[in-house]
Amino acid sequence: MSQIPVELVKILIALVAVAAFVGLNGLVLVYLERKVAGHIQRRPGPFEVGPHGLLQPLADAVKLIGKQLFTPKNADGFLFWLAPILSFMPVLLLFLPLPFGPKLTGMNLNLGLLLILAFSGLNVLATCLAGWGSNNKYGILGAARAVSQSVAYEIPLLLSVLAIAFQTGSLNLSEVVAGQGSWPWQWNFMVQPLAFIIFFVSALGETNRAPFDLAEAESELTAGFHTEYSGMGFGMFFLAEYANMIVVCSVAVALFLGGWNGPFFDGAWWFLAKVYVLLLVMIWLRWTFPRVRFDQLLNLNWKWLMPLALLNLLITAFVTKLS
Amino acid sequence: MAEENILTTGGHHIEEGLVHLQLAEDAMDICRSMSLWPMTFGLACCAIEMMACGMARFDMARYGAEVFRPSARQADLMIVAGTVTKKMAPAVVRLYEQMPAPKWVMALGNCAISGGPFKFKNQYGIIEGVDKLIPVDVFVPGCPPRPEALLEGLFEIQQKVSGKRWWPVPEALQKEKF
Repeated sequence: MSQIPVELVKILIALVAVAAFVGLNGLVLVYLERKVAGHIQRRPGPFEVGPHGLLQPLADAVKLIGKQLFTPKNADGFLFWLAPILSFMPVLLLFLPLPFGPKLTGMNLNLGLLLILAFSGLNVLATCLAGWGSNNKYGILGAARAVSQSVAYEIPLLLSVLAIAFQTGSLNLSEVVAGQGSWPWQWNFMVQPLAFIIFFVSALGETNRAPFDLAEAESELTAGFHTEYSGMGFGMFFLAEYANMIVVCSVAVALFLGGWNGPFFDGAWWFLAKVYVLLLVMIWLRWTFPRVRFDQLLNLNWKWLMPLALLNLLITAFVTKLS
Repeated sequence: MAEENILTTGGHHIEEGLVHLQLAEDAMDICRSMSLWPMTFGLACCAIEMMACGMARFDMARYGAEVFRPSARQADLMIVAGTVTKKMAPAVVRLYEQMPAPKWVMALGNCAISGGPFKFKNQYGIIEGVDKLIPVDVFVPGCPPRPEALLEGLFEIQQKVSGKRWWPVPEALQKEKF
């Protein structure tokens, strides 16, 4: 009888737990987004489907599963259906190195941060394939925008993360979190406020969230790269977007906001609470700011975020060398 | 006439399943009726009333119908809000055919129902009723209809989908209809 490696079983359990976590949080986030949007616009939002509209995301999900799946004429069938799967599957992997609690980590990797940054790049490929494969002019325009936007915003994101890596001398997320104290003034964002702001703005650009949602700009490009997707194909992109939001917010919390450290009781609840505060800020930004123009989007990145991130990195390097 | 040439044969409902599970189908129908995403699609002044319906005072979002999808592929409900001119007719039909099944159509306002004030002898510009082009589920009369009427039309479609009226009937309607 051959032995089943323990590590494999652990990874399997972690993956199943992550899938459940992503599904549940996707539903919660859809509800939150629509409810917050409603209240920002002085209306109740979903209200009648279930108590206070709580069953609304469930009804939407079941409906999306029941819709007709449609491959457009002359579309590349293989790439067309590969794209939504490719956008969603790597996200599950991104959750593995995240330290949810002192002991609650899928895989304690030395290069966890690198793994997240590397695999989050696949999302861009999926967007590109979706636009290319669907044989639609709006799709391809959306995909082209998504690629140039993601390439641009990846750089300040990496540079701001690198500043933290210089400072702590580790790419292991658990170690970075453990190096921070319980109280807010002991967290990394007190030392690196600029890096935190740059990271958060770039994260908005990376996840294609408004005000940087140019890849699916409704007013110009119908629905951008997922114009031709019906039913669950669209649902997968939707779920991947929310899962990516959770990932970037979790990384921000782990790097800058002390992770599971918190006043009085350290633990996973602090992690989740902080992640949800950041997610709410993201939703708030979406329903407050209008979409930027494409040149404004790239100007902001190349003229401000990039030089500032480089400067921040240089100063960090000097200070860590001297101290 | 132009109408005959562009009349769609597009399927209106989904195919019969191989296996029938009553409970699952009922649950599916309820979910469908509770998340009718309309298409961002307005033809004339009735569209203003449709927009009002999504805003703070009337708020279609309460019934899960506020997700106006710009792409026909992700929409469930087509609200034909306004006059269908002959130039616009092919586009209307194409958008209807682009929607994935199951799909529903609401004709909003007198123009979409019968041509409204533009219907007169020897008129050459408009289609007299969108039901000459595509199958319509619910007609909402008015010129333009009030947002309440649009909401009532939405409830009618919900009733048609799930077989049950989910919300209380307004007093003014109770005398007329029930």
